[in-house]
Amino acid sequence: MTVSRSGCSALVAALAACAMVLAGGCGGGGSGGSTVGGSGSQGSGGNPPPTPGNVVSVIADAGPTDPANASAGPIQTVNTPFVSVTLCAPGTSNCQTIDHISVDTGSVGLRVVAAVLSSSLASALTTVMDTRGRPLAECLPFADGYSWGSVKLVDAKIGGEQASGISIEVIGDPAYPTVPSACSSGGAQQEDTVSTFGANGILGIGNFQQDCGSLCVTETVPQITTQLYYGCASSANCVATTVPLASQVWNPISKFATDNNGSILELPSVASSGAPSATGSLIFGIDTQSNNALGTATVLSVDPSTGNLTVNFLGQSFSSSFLDSGSNGNFFTDSSLVPCNPSSSEKGFYCPPSTQALSATVTSNSGVTTGTVNFSVASADALFSNGNGAFYVFDNLAGTNSLPQSFDFGLPFFFGRNVYTAIESSPTSAGMGPFVAF
Amino acid sequence: MSKTLLAAAAGCLLVSRAALASLGGDVSSVESDRVHMKAAAVTTTASSLYTVHQMQMPNGTIVREFANTDGIVFAVTWRGPFPPDLRQTLGAYFQKYQSAPRVGPHGHTHDVVQQPDLVVHSGGHLRAFLGNAYVPQLVPQGVSIDLLLQSNP
Repeated sequence: MTVSRSGCSALVAALAACAMVLAGGCGGGGSGGSTVGGSGSQGSGGNPPPTPGNVVSVIADAGPTDPANASAGPIQTVNTPFVSVTLCAPGTSNCQTIDHISVDTGSVGLRVVAAVLSSSLASALTTVMDTRGRPLAECLPFADGYSWGSVKLVDAKIGGEQASGISIEVIGDPAYPTVPSACSSGGAQQEDTVSTFGANGILGIGNFQQDCGSLCVTETVPQITTQLYYGCASSANCVATTVPLASQVWNPISKFATDNNGSILELPSVASSGAPSATGSLIFGIDTQSNNALGTATVLSVDPSTGNLTVNFLGQSFSSSFLDSGSNGNFFTDSSLVPCNPSSSEKGFYCPPSTQALSATVTSNSGVTTGTVNFSVASADALFSNGNGAFYVFDNLAGTNSLPQSFDFGLPFFFGRNVYTAIESSPTSAGMGPFVAF
Repeated sequence: MSKTLLAAAAGCLLVSRAALASLGGDVSSVESDRVHMKAAAVTTTASSLYTVHQMQMPNGTIVREFANTDGIVFAVTWRGPFPPDLRQTLGAYFQKYQSAPRVGPHGHTHDVVQQPDLVVHSGGHLRAFLGNAYVPQLVPQGVSIDLLLQSNP
């Protein structure tokens, strides 16, 4: 989701200053604030259509404004779905609703950029300790960088659901300004601001219960841990440590009292020319309510250790593939498609002279079930100029992917579909997760 | 050019010498990488054009380093639940990797660096990362880097 179309470079701005600016800034939420959900948590009269408690509305638009660069307006995200999440100091009414939290089926856990937290909430969040009594921090690796921050306990309200007392990551927490070398060695860029992260936070609702799971519970070899979690004896002295499952950053859905076996991301179809925004729903639970029936969706098991499945495309098999609402295009290799000019702002995407209709099959981890996916690829160059450059959602945006065996179905896949993500070890009407269905 | 892999000589390499950087460094850096990253023993496979050193990180991620006949590492690949120590694996090229302009806005699951003297592809997500990096000028004549990377996922 470093999807800023204008290619904003890293704003390594002073986070303390951001926090102050933000105290007033984030509630307003810019253009998205009025349309983004949170209706469930408000509950009382006045809301025209009654919203079931397991639904939160989703909008894909130009994204949040970075409080460190407010005059620049929205950061111009492309194909990024957002929800609002209310964070509270555990067991209190000290709460803040934060808009433009991106919905990511490709990661697990709730994370919020420190700069968008009000100072009153930030100071009231409970610190999570490691087993040696040190405050816990986390270095979350992404393929394009890493996010460094503290681990705090919150009550999270999403739609009408609540996850009480869960660990989240406060990305770019100014209390821990020194990134351990072991953390920065894993990735290219530090993504700790709204601009560099591409959102005010992220709601990771992938196939796992915790972000790391058993890999982080014990030392992998004596004295060695995975370097995901850190214990901080002081603000500048954080060392890699093991973390019990209970203290890890959890998939918030797994901590809901009900509707906790997975989710459905429902996004509308988008015109072939694109649109300024798209609104849909994130529905919690699979076959737990009348509004989340699995119906006749194709259920595909995923690899229980990686969350991956296999895509077959143009006679080739891609075994490290996944459905990722956090990818803003479909990313795959097709040598017949023309890549965009590498010196243009669309570099990395495809720019075919005419729209291409393509088809792939997705095969379950068990190898038994397949689903067919038809999709199209238009020129990113043309798409980005449609609507006078003010379109931010496209169902036909695709890009190159030079990694062998990898086909990434990003948000274009999700438009016009209901995509189910079932969480590991969670029973559903179609059996135990993990699986995806569409 | 077919790349028939010849003899497979498995086992540990030499003792660690000066900590030369990995990508662009000479083969002695393979051992310093292994020691630094506390990886499992190196497996070595050789062809007439290059040598492959494979090691498994303690975190489960597998790193392969490809050295030309001069013993210079011209390419690396990785695959596993976590990223490898890229500062060590990319060596002298790590800073260039960090500061290079990015190819396109993609999302957190893709990163591409395309410089005249450094190409990096990084992808995937937590529990399933993969990537590769190479220095075009160091790739031996007769080796198709695309084929090599495709056949070493």
